[in-house]
Amino acid sequence: MATGMDRLETSVYHHVRPEIISALAANLDDPFAEVEKQPTRYAYAEAIIELGERNPDVVVLDADVAKSIKTHEFAQRFPERSFNFGIAEQNMMAAAAGMATTGLIPYASTYAVFATMRALDQVRNSIHYPGLNVKIAASHGGITPGPDGVTHQAQEDLSIMRSIANSTVIAGADSPSTKLAVWAAAEWDGPVYLSFTRDPVPFLFDLDYPFEIGKAVTIREGTDATIIANRDIVCQSLIAAERLARKGVSVRVIDCHTVKPLDVETILQAAEETGAIVTGESNVINGGLGSAVAEVLVENFPIPMKRIGVRDVFAESGPYLEVIKKYGVSSEHIVDAVEEVVARKG
Amino acid sequence: MPQSPMSVEELKRMAATIRCDIIEMVHIAGSGHPGGSLSATDIVTALYFRVMRVDPKNPDWPDRDRFILSKGHACPVWYAALAERGYYDKSHLGTLRQLNSILQGHADMLKTPGVDMTVGSLGQGFSAGLGMALSGKLRKKDYHVWVVIGDGEMQEGAVWEAAMAGAKWKLDNLTTILDLNGLQNDDFVDDIMPIHPVPDKWRAFNWHVIEIDGHNMDEVVSALETAKTIKDKPTIIVAHTVKGKGVSFMENVAAWHGQAPTVEQMDQALAEICQQVGR
Ligand SMILES: Cc1ncc(C[n+]2csc(CCOP(=O)(O)OP(=O)(O)O)c2C)c(N)n1
Ligand SMILES: [Mg+2]
Repeated sequence: MATGMDRLETSVYHHVRPEIISALAANLDDPFAEVEKQPTRYAYAEAIIELGERNPDVVVLDADVAKSIKTHEFAQRFPERSFNFGIAEQNMMAAAAGMATTGLIPYASTYAVFATMRALDQVRNSIHYPGLNVKIAASHGGITPGPDGVTHQAQEDLSIMRSIANSTVIAGADSPSTKLAVWAAAEWDGPVYLSFTRDPVPFLFDLDYPFEIGKAVTIREGTDATIIANRDIVCQSLIAAERLARKGVSVRVIDCHTVKPLDVETILQAAEETGAIVTGESNVINGGLGSAVAEVLVENFPIPMKRIGVRDVFAESGPYLEVIKKYGVSSEHIVDAVEEVVARKG
Repeated sequence: MPQSPMSVEELKRMAATIRCDIIEMVHIAGSGHPGGSLSATDIVTALYFRVMRVDPKNPDWPDRDRFILSKGHACPVWYAALAERGYYDKSHLGTLRQLNSILQGHADMLKTPGVDMTVGSLGQGFSAGLGMALSGKLRKKDYHVWVVIGDGEMQEGAVWEAAMAGAKWKLDNLTTILDLNGLQNDDFVDDIMPIHPVPDKWRAFNWHVIEIDGHNMDEVVSALETAKTIKDKPTIIVAHTVKGKGVSFMENVAAWHGQAPTVEQMDQALAEICQQVGR
């Protein structure tokens, strides 16, 4: 029986940092314990300063969580282009819409629960309906805010935002790809929703990552099944794929950072070439990435598929990694799901 | 049921105990919100140990007074008061924010005995309290509803929607206590989004306003007792407080909004609190 080290083929990876690949080779129980990690909200805070340097039309709006997201650093650098609205998310979103009508590019920052739920009416009627050029920068996406509990866990953010006409919905897997997303959003004409993590995730990629809005990236080759994941579940998918490799199952992994517009072509190609698909997200299974992929498969190329996501339940407070385990979205659950769909291929 | 209402001296000692519980539980949890818990401690203590009609052995008693900490991030003060009052064993305090705990990061009415409303999204607990007060009127119940809101929380538009409604329906069974500690998450309230003049705003919304020092237990008790006697209007007690009250290095420092003390910081904090009550 081959050992993990023998089986681990670096050539199957694309764009994944060597540190990540060797961490996966060394230990599959908790491979990312020692690798460099960062909450992607901080990547946004860094990226927005660089963007502010380049583009004088960029303004940052906050709602009293600037110190948490670290956009107060933008405020220090560009005080005249920073607006803290206090704890008043609805006012912030509609004001962002107004600013966008004059040619500014507002990045409206708050937690995802408040961006997509408290201020949803403003987000729909004042930003998306008129198609205004507002970027909604939402931290604490999915169930990434472990300890804060349900009121701060936006397990519906991707579903809600995907359902709105004119929306573009992005959930980057790590800090470098999140920075690229923040920059790409500025070039995109129209509203963009960006979902960041509250808890740290590993640096999986570098800044040469081929990030393009609407283009999913195959980050691991495989032939027996494909895992399509986003945000914090991409790193869980890499762990799952490596565990499956040791059991002789060859799994492709796709970072589907853009939930909308969905990269139908890459998904259908994976479906045709691997014949089984599992989706992974720390969002509810209703309406998010899993639903989006299922819709494409059902209408075009029905094959065995399973969605990993939060199943019709509110999560709870706890350390992030324990929370995703308890609520069914960690690498173990992905492994089981892949084995199930591969078995169903017949 | 109820233990006999505490004297002001006893309340001061209980407040010190609750402050110690807050420091310890946030330290153990490794995250949480000590500043706004400490600023609200004297108010919450007076309510649970003197003013409110509650029965810890019967937390769902339909005729109980209702309490809502609308600034739900400060739930450590609520959890400590409920434990000290006998709603559940104090050992639970060490489980704050851990998986499977009855004590969630923001208070959850389905998990914690004595928690009358789920909170955490600012501005909503106040409206829920309004709803409870409306039910009390409709059903001719004599319970009173007590809601604590934050000064940052006052920036939410929903707070003013509830303020209008409270006056419209003359909810004299509703008392709101504003924890006016001058700080919010990012910085001083005056710098982030000014809210002054606070008492004038509430008067203009047709509320009865009582202004007190929120750390003077005599004033806290007397304001709460007076609020129950005001007729045909809701009352707001504007309590001037200090965020982080009782712990020198936390007082009036924005960073202690949401940060856990280290062991050394905890030891110093506990020593300071004990000293203040001569223990
Ligand atoms: C609707 C909403 N927006 C933002 C937050 C994040 N948040 C938690 S506490 C806080 C500051 C609260 O300030 P304040 O009401 O003054 O409370 P205190 O100073 O008593 O802690 C913020 C912005 C939230 N919980 N709810
Ligand atoms: Mg305050």
